[in-house]
Amino acid sequence: MQEHILSILIFFPALAAMLGFVVHKDSVRAYGITVAAIEFFLSLWLWNLYDPMTSGMQFMEMAPLVSAFGISYLVGIDGISLFIIILSTFFTLIGIASLTEKRRVKDLIITLLFLEMTMVGVFAALDAIVFYVFWELSLIPMLYIIGAWGGPLRIYASIKFFLYTFTGSLIMLVGMLFMAYFYYQATGQWSFSLLEWYRLILPVNFQMWLFAAFFFGFAIKVPMFPFHTWLPYAHGQAPTIGSVILAAILLKMGTYAFIRFSLPLFPDASVVFMFPIAILAIIMIVYAAMVAYAQEDIKQVVAYSSISHMGVIILGIFALNVEGITGSVFLMIAHGVVSGALFLLVGVIYDRRHTKLMSEFGGLASVMPRYATIFGIMMMASVGLPLTINFVGEFLSLLGFYKQSHSYTLVAGTAIIVGAIYMLSAYKKAFFGTVTKEENKNLKDVNRTELLGLVPLVIVAIWLGVYPKPLLEPINNSVEAIVQLMHDKAQTAEAKQRIPDLAHPAGLNSTQEAH
Amino acid sequence: MLEPISISLASLNITTMAPMLIAIVGALAILCIDLMKEGLHKSFYVMVSLLFLLLDLGAVVDFGNIFLKNGSVLGMFDMMLIDGIAVLSQIIIVAGSMLFIPLALTSKRFHEYNYPEYFALFLFMIAGFQFMVASDNLILIFVGLETASLALYTLIALHNRSKSFEAAVKYFTMGALAAGFFAFGSMIFYAITGSVEINQIALALAKDEYVNIGFVLVAVVFLLAAIGFKLSMVPFHTWTPDVYEGSSAALAGYMSIVPKIAGFVVAMRLFEFLVHSGVVWLQVVLYVAVVVTMTASNIWALVQNDVKRMLAYSSISHAGFVMAAILIGTTQANSALFLYWALFSFTNLGAFSMLWVSRQKNLIPGQSSDHPYEKFAGLVKTMPMAAIMMALFMLSLAGIPPFGLFWGKIYMIGSAVSGGYTVLALIMALNSAIAAYYYLKLIVFMFMKEPITQYQQYYLMNASLSLKTIIGIAAIGTIFAVFAVNPLLKVITLFVYNSGY
Repeated sequence: MQEHILSILIFFPALAAMLGFVVHKDSVRAYGITVAAIEFFLSLWLWNLYDPMTSGMQFMEMAPLVSAFGISYLVGIDGISLFIIILSTFFTLIGIASLTEKRRVKDLIITLLFLEMTMVGVFAALDAIVFYVFWELSLIPMLYIIGAWGGPLRIYASIKFFLYTFTGSLIMLVGMLFMAYFYYQATGQWSFSLLEWYRLILPVNFQMWLFAAFFFGFAIKVPMFPFHTWLPYAHGQAPTIGSVILAAILLKMGTYAFIRFSLPLFPDASVVFMFPIAILAIIMIVYAAMVAYAQEDIKQVVAYSSISHMGVIILGIFALNVEGITGSVFLMIAHGVVSGALFLLVGVIYDRRHTKLMSEFGGLASVMPRYATIFGIMMMASVGLPLTINFVGEFLSLLGFYKQSHSYTLVAGTAIIVGAIYMLSAYKKAFFGTVTKEENKNLKDVNRTELLGLVPLVIVAIWLGVYPKPLLEPINNSVEAIVQLMHDKAQTAEAKQRIPDLAHPAGLNSTQEAH
Repeated sequence: MLEPISISLASLNITTMAPMLIAIVGALAILCIDLMKEGLHKSFYVMVSLLFLLLDLGAVVDFGNIFLKNGSVLGMFDMMLIDGIAVLSQIIIVAGSMLFIPLALTSKRFHEYNYPEYFALFLFMIAGFQFMVASDNLILIFVGLETASLALYTLIALHNRSKSFEAAVKYFTMGALAAGFFAFGSMIFYAITGSVEINQIALALAKDEYVNIGFVLVAVVFLLAAIGFKLSMVPFHTWTPDVYEGSSAALAGYMSIVPKIAGFVVAMRLFEFLVHSGVVWLQVVLYVAVVVTMTASNIWALVQNDVKRMLAYSSISHAGFVMAAILIGTTQANSALFLYWALFSFTNLGAFSMLWVSRQKNLIPGQSSDHPYEKFAGLVKTMPMAAIMMALFMLSLAGIPPFGLFWGKIYMIGSAVSGGYTVLALIMALNSAIAAYYYLKLIVFMFMKEPITQYQQYYLMNASLSLKTIIGIAAIGTIFAVFAVNPLLKVITLFVYNSGY
């Protein structure tokens, strides 16, 4: 069973979803929780079986699908994907457990279970086409969740979400076909296997074009400035569960794909595009933070702060060294936990007041003390207070980029402080002061169901802030392998210099001059 | 005194005509049975047609084996040519027809199925298509094309509604014009090369190194227009949406698949040798035609209010997409054409059958056409299975993996990439993104809107067990296509490669 654990992890939720059609609608929530819990424990068991000292792929499975065209079902995980998979199963469980939706719960839970399959599939896939299949398939459940359970503009938001991402990924698909064709030219065999693509060294100008093609697919998903316009709509209209999954997991597909595809496949192009992308990332951090400050809707504040933090992840990835990439992978997990929790918290107050406008609140701390405490902790985690989960990731990401450029890092670091301002001001508006609205006086504090979802998140946010080693070590090992691969594949002198050589750390590389 | 001409019967190789003759005998048998006993139920005729088609398919598959062993087979004074692509396309034609003929078994009565002639004409039409693909003689292609088309016009008109007559007449008029073009183009080729056989034409043109290039281009213009009509390439597409709307959904689905594969094979035989011999003008024209057909019809499809019209435009777009294979002209591209069309048949069969089962006899007040989007609003709340099926076919048409058409799409785009047509590959990819919008529109109506009660009684009104079975087959073919792609691709590539395309 151990050798097939990844396939079980991928297809178990889908199978359970099929059987879920039979379950009666009154019991379907319990069914969903059970399935998600089994899946979560399976993923924990996977962590238990995982050997943290090995840097390469583990639990690999391979079966030919279309051998004439080089497509095979190839899955495997390393330290980078392991924790994102656990994060996916964790959030599906929490999402279903704290579900307050009353309309057509059965359809919603079945959809969520299908979504879980696609999420795990994306992060486990090592064949480009299999990756693409899950990547595209994940759009459909999300489209349905936003479009059927969302707010008044839900149909517009869901279609915008779908078409935007779909267009980007089709350009990426053309890039993938080109990669396979280059592989065919080099070896005489079609292959979409990532591991075999890793061995291919492409001329720099090809790398640039292919990097651009993949970039469209990934950047729209992240979403990077200026492709971010779909996200505020999607978050604004999506039901709580939709926002939670979207922010916690789906956006990570983009950043994960940068690490899995763009960096090791096109190391020279990555170096060329390092600063342009860093500029985009910094614009994203600053701009989204400023927009967040101007919002009146608390969910939009969280949404824009989520975009802003995604910018830090991108910055860390394009530091192209071990610290930066390790930090960004850790920050992906942290961002998932924190922004997921914040969206859940917004959902809690929305269920009670049916509004998300901050002007409608005020003084909630005295009415809902437990709610205010949890919100406070999560907000502190979001702004990156030391000893919370975000701090570790942000610090490492910035440290990584500091080695490439001091000035850029300084700007990005300042922007994170701006982040603290808008979060604190939003918190002040909603929670402190006197209770001004009559409706707010009798609000009920968080109930058991909601606590069931929130408390584990608080624990994780603090535990990993204090003691990140269990995650950092395996991530670090796998990232080192990728960075070394990039260094070995790099052809230009600049790329050789920018990407550190871990096998021979002596010399200029590790202590290179930054400007 | 003239020498008596003696030809040994063996040299005629009459067996090359066996598959078509089986269909023709079947049609005649149906007519004879009708003479002897009238008023038989339509199920009888459906099953008899199915049996003859099965025999037909068997004969074609048999030729497939012969082809793999001995190569192409010629017969009847070299009029018949059974090569790999003839076998492949005949398999698609006959198998597609076998999947569509049971759609006659609706639970409601429809006028046309009470006539045994309907089934006889159906078989004649199939024989026509088979002649069309199994020859490289322009005259025989022409005869096959006309046999099939005349039968098809009648089949459309038999659907007893004023719109059907309009559609039939429109199709007939346009078809007659196209036939004229075809005859004209063939004539010019005959004039400059002295032959009506495509391989002889190719040889003759190559021998005198295309001195008559001006005449060749004129001939190509006429032939391209004629085939463009049949394949409904833009700008020769104007008949398509009206004809689809006028004919029954079952027949419209049939028209979107079977006649087109026959057209593609003729186009492949006619144009590929010209593309390969570097007739730049033809390459440019084909390039433009492919891009315009894909893009323009996609944009028209965006603004349709009727699902059937939307599917009509979408099928034009798919035809344009596949036509790219003839432009690219590599073995991979030509294999992609057959793979795409085989997968497309299943998905489109499902989509049109879903429309067919909810066909109304009369429009309700305020309803502008047979299948407006509103008709399907909120379907997931009233009939979840039907909604999921329809959504499945729409997703497959949009090229969402892992459903059927996605595999055809990547193989086709992959062949554009390896053929050196990078820009074309990008245009193809972006067109899929545009297309996603109108397929999604139906999904949005089905899954995200509230049901409109007055339409509810019509969903699945026509559904009988056999129709549901057909939809089930289409769904299985669409979902599990991923496992079928590899064997399909191997067989297709083998046949296409060995036919020299």
